[in-house]
Amino acid sequence: MLRFITGRLLQAVPVIFIVITATFFLVRAAPGGPFDDEKVVLPEVKKALEAQYKLDLPLHEQYLAYLSDLSHGDLGPSFKYPGRSVNEILFSGLPVTAELGLYALLIALIIGTTAGVFASLKPNTAQDYIPMSLAMVGICMPSFLLGPLLVLVFGIYLEWLPISGWGAIPGDKILPSITLGAAYAAYVARLSRAGMLEILSQDYIRTARAKGLSEWQVVIKHALRGGLIPVIAFLGPAFAGLLAGSFVVETIFQIPGLGRFYVQAAFNRDYTMILGTTVFLSTLIVLFNLVSDITAAWLNPRLRAQFSGGER
Amino acid sequence: MSQTTGSAANLLDQAEQGSSLWQDAWRRLRKNKLAVAGGAILILLMIVALLTPWLAPYNYETQDLDLGATPPSAQHWLGTDIFGRDLLTQIMYGGRVSLAVGFIATAVALLIGVTWGAVAGYVGGKVDAVMMRLVDILYALPFMIFIVLLMVVFGRNVLLLFLAIGAVEWLTMARIMRSQVQSLRQQEFVEAAISLGLGPAAILRRHVVPNALGPIIVYTTLTIPSVMLLEAFLSFLGLGIQPPQTSWGLLISYGAETMEEYPWLLIFPGLALTITLFSLNFLGDGLRDALDVRGSKD
Repeated sequence: MLRFITGRLLQAVPVIFIVITATFFLVRAAPGGPFDDEKVVLPEVKKALEAQYKLDLPLHEQYLAYLSDLSHGDLGPSFKYPGRSVNEILFSGLPVTAELGLYALLIALIIGTTAGVFASLKPNTAQDYIPMSLAMVGICMPSFLLGPLLVLVFGIYLEWLPISGWGAIPGDKILPSITLGAAYAAYVARLSRAGMLEILSQDYIRTARAKGLSEWQVVIKHALRGGLIPVIAFLGPAFAGLLAGSFVVETIFQIPGLGRFYVQAAFNRDYTMILGTTVFLSTLIVLFNLVSDITAAWLNPRLRAQFSGGER
Repeated sequence: MSQTTGSAANLLDQAEQGSSLWQDAWRRLRKNKLAVAGGAILILLMIVALLTPWLAPYNYETQDLDLGATPPSAQHWLGTDIFGRDLLTQIMYGGRVSLAVGFIATAVALLIGVTWGAVAGYVGGKVDAVMMRLVDILYALPFMIFIVLLMVVFGRNVLLLFLAIGAVEWLTMARIMRSQVQSLRQQEFVEAAISLGLGPAAILRRHVVPNALGPIIVYTTLTIPSVMLLEAFLSFLGLGIQPPQTSWGLLISYGAETMEEYPWLLIFPGLALTITLFSLNFLGDGLRDALDVRGSKD
């Protein structure tokens, strides 16, 4: 197990390094400087600005300076919002996005596993087809379509829920969380159905049934643990997807989170902000993938034995 | 008597001919009504997309500012947008772009992935280890963010969009191809081909790739919808297809802006995208069952 963890850790480090390097040079290679559109900038001012942002140094020195700042956790100043650092902006958006992502993930896990387990208990009956058809709708209905439709129905026609904002009016967190979580609920439902179907056909489940355990006990105590491993393994990619999804959802609902900042930075060509956000989000994603892989391996007795026993 | 021998001979004849993998798969696929419906819708969509310049009821650029946005009517089946442009025409032209991105980016992914996986799986050893380690590393990169970054840095170029999306989606293809090739190259008919003096390129082309086709077809069918979704996602954010061109993602984003007053501008493009994605997913699932491929996706 330890070998597995260190192996995966060693793999994560170069990935993060590649992300930082590639992003840095991509952003520097982008056409147009960040101060180009400010018309009345005196040459001296421009020079001072460039010195402040270290743009006057040769590229490799800029890179090394960035790396050394980064090693202290400093993502540098924002180009577009003078006086604010990228760190400040990120940390003002992070709690919002984290909360949105958490609700979406909870919706996905609770609704998804319930539907999937339910469907797996009576395969190829209405109890299977109905939730699985709904899951298909969830997969085929992108968040940027689902969000506006939900707003249209529940916000504008029925006037049940607020249509934008975050934490200002009671209930304004409901629609964004559902919009972001729906597709993942659908994936989780499909994964947990497939996982459960495989486990329910195993010998040890037959043994449990033969012992006279109730169906409920068989499912809860014996099948769930194995059946939900694919769901745990999916959480890593899902996290990356949720972050990307937050770009859209935060834009639709005007939520001041990381995703919206990223899209705004992209439009404003706020290069340090793009660079900082990319590095930050990528690191988060890589770490989350790592945690999800390790958890899935730990839950899977076969993998656990393989790595703790040291045999392949 | 003669009848029984006749039917026995018939049976024998059938057994001798056998039913190939493809015939079996085709028979199974035809039984799956959802997959057949999906396939039929897709063929229809592709014909419409190809013939759009002749089929579209109005000119793509024709505006009628006096008319403005109108709900569906006899003249404009799906209504018009705020510039008085016919929505059906917009959706047809947008569909051309969306489908083209879906198919071309998938083709890019297919080409890179199959070649990469086939070489890694066939050569094996250190080359394989290095090639697949690279795939592992790329897998861990947060590509969604990278595509956004690319679109920002290099401007919003459609060709780049094809390449960027294709470059993301080839990884799974490479993994599938590699595992196929690894199991195939141990088969006797490949050994026979080697002993007959066939070169690696010829063996890959003639024996390995055709036999690995099932999973590749299935995965290709399932890649197209995820690519189309990615394009729509970027276009919705304003980072994908740019006006005067249009795509379903862009139409949805315009529709979302004015949905309060003109909901049909959101609903019809959304419907077009959803139906297409549905069809592709059902066809992909149907093919997976028919070809008996264990997907890597779920």
